[in-house]
Amino acid sequence: MGFMAVIGFAVARLRNLFAVVMLTGLFSLTAAVLYVILDAVDVAFTEAAVGAGISTVLMLGTLALTSSEERVEKSGGSKWALVLVVVTGCVLVYGTLDMPPFGDPTAAIHHHVAPYYLEKSGQEIGLPNVVTSVLASYRGYDTLGEVFVIFTAAIGVLLIIGRPQFGRRRSHRMLVGELHESMRTNVILRVGSKLLIPVILLFALYVQWHGDFGPGGGFQAGVIFASGFILYALIFDIDTARTMIPARTTRLFLVFGVLLYTGVGVAGLFLGGNFLDYSVLAANPVSGQHLGILLVEFGVGLTVAAAMISIFFTFAHQEH
Amino acid sequence: MELIGLINYWIVIVLMMTGFYIVIAHDNLVKKIVGLNIFQVSVFVFYITMAKVKGGTAPILAEGITTYSNPLPHVLILTAIVVGVATTALGLALVVRIRDAYGTIEDDDFENQDGEP
Repeated sequence: MGFMAVIGFAVARLRNLFAVVMLTGLFSLTAAVLYVILDAVDVAFTEAAVGAGISTVLMLGTLALTSSEERVEKSGGSKWALVLVVVTGCVLVYGTLDMPPFGDPTAAIHHHVAPYYLEKSGQEIGLPNVVTSVLASYRGYDTLGEVFVIFTAAIGVLLIIGRPQFGRRRSHRMLVGELHESMRTNVILRVGSKLLIPVILLFALYVQWHGDFGPGGGFQAGVIFASGFILYALIFDIDTARTMIPARTTRLFLVFGVLLYTGVGVAGLFLGGNFLDYSVLAANPVSGQHLGILLVEFGVGLTVAAAMISIFFTFAHQEH
Repeated sequence: MELIGLINYWIVIVLMMTGFYIVIAHDNLVKKIVGLNIFQVSVFVFYITMAKVKGGTAPILAEGITTYSNPLPHVLILTAIVVGVATTALGLALVVRIRDAYGTIEDDDFENQDGEP
C-alpha cells in the first residue's frame, strides 16, 4: 500500500501525461495484488483486466488525439488547494479513530446481511462462489442498474464522438496510426499476438461459464473478451478488426445483453414470481437459480464486451 | 496497538487526498480524470479493507473452511470497477470533443476563449 501512495504522488508531480498514464496502469495492477491479499479474488480479477488493460488503452488513445504534455501553470491557486486537501485529510483521519480495527470479525459490517449470504446461499442457490450468488441473485436489481449505466455510457461515447463529420479538424496523430509501421513489420508481435488471441478469447469464455464455481463472471469475461479484439486491432489493423466485428454487430450485442437480463426478470414475472426471482424458472428452485444466474451473467458479459469494443473503436476511429 | 489496525484506512485517505488534489489543482483535463481514477481506487480499497476478516479466506464455499471474508463489498466494488471504466471512457470522450471545439485541453484556456466574442 505504501507503494501505491508513492505512485500516487508521482502521478501528481509528473507533467508528461504519457508517463502518468503508464503509472496509472501500474497503480491498478498494484491495487489488484492488494485485493488478492485481502481475499477479494473476483475484484482483483476485474481490476487487473480493466485498470491495467482497457482504461490504459483508452487513456493512450485520448492522449494521441490531444496532447501528451501538460502545460506548467503558475502555482497561484494550488497552495490553497494543498491546504484544503490537508485539512480534509485531517478531518477524515479523525473520523477513522472510531472505525473498527483492520480484520476485526466483530465489526458491524460483518453482522448485517453478510452472514445470511454466507450460510444460506449454499442451500438456496447451490453455487460455491458467494460473490456470484449475491451479484446475480440476491442483489440482482443493483447489477441490472449497473449494466444499464455501462450501456448508457457506451451510448454516450458513441453520441459524443461517434460521428466523424462533427468535428472541424481531426488530429491525425492517432496512437494506432503512429505505431502501425513498426508493429506490422514486427514478427514477434504478430506471431505472439496470433498465438495469444485465441487463448484470450477461450479464457474469457471459461471465466464467463465457470464464474459460478470459481472467481469470474460476466463483468470480467466481457472485459477480457473485449481486450482480445482490442489487441488484434492494435497490432494489425483497425479496419480489418472492424470488418471482423462490425459496428452493427457490437451495437446489437450491446442492446441484446441488457434485454436478456431484463427478459430473464420479466420471465420470472410471467411464471408467477417476482421480478428477477429465478426460483420459478425451473421446476426445482435451485436449478431455476442456476439457470437464471447463468443467463443473467451471459447478458452482463455480452453488454460489457460490446460496450468496451465499441468504445475502443469509437476512440480509434477518430483518425479517419 | 489499536492504532496499527487503522493504518490501512490512513493510507486510503492519503490516496484519496492525492486524487482530490490532482482534480482541484490541475488544469489539464486528462490529468483531472486520472485524479478522479485515483480517488475512485482509494474508495475501492477502503471497501475491500472493511470486508477483510482476520483468518478468513476468499468467499468461495469449500469443505472445511468456516471463516470467509465479507462477500457483499466485493460485489459492490466488482461492478463499480467496470462502471468506473465506462464512465471514464465517457469523460475521455468529452475531453476529445472539447479538444475538437477549442483546440486545447487546459481548463483556463478554453474558459478564456469563451469570454471572447
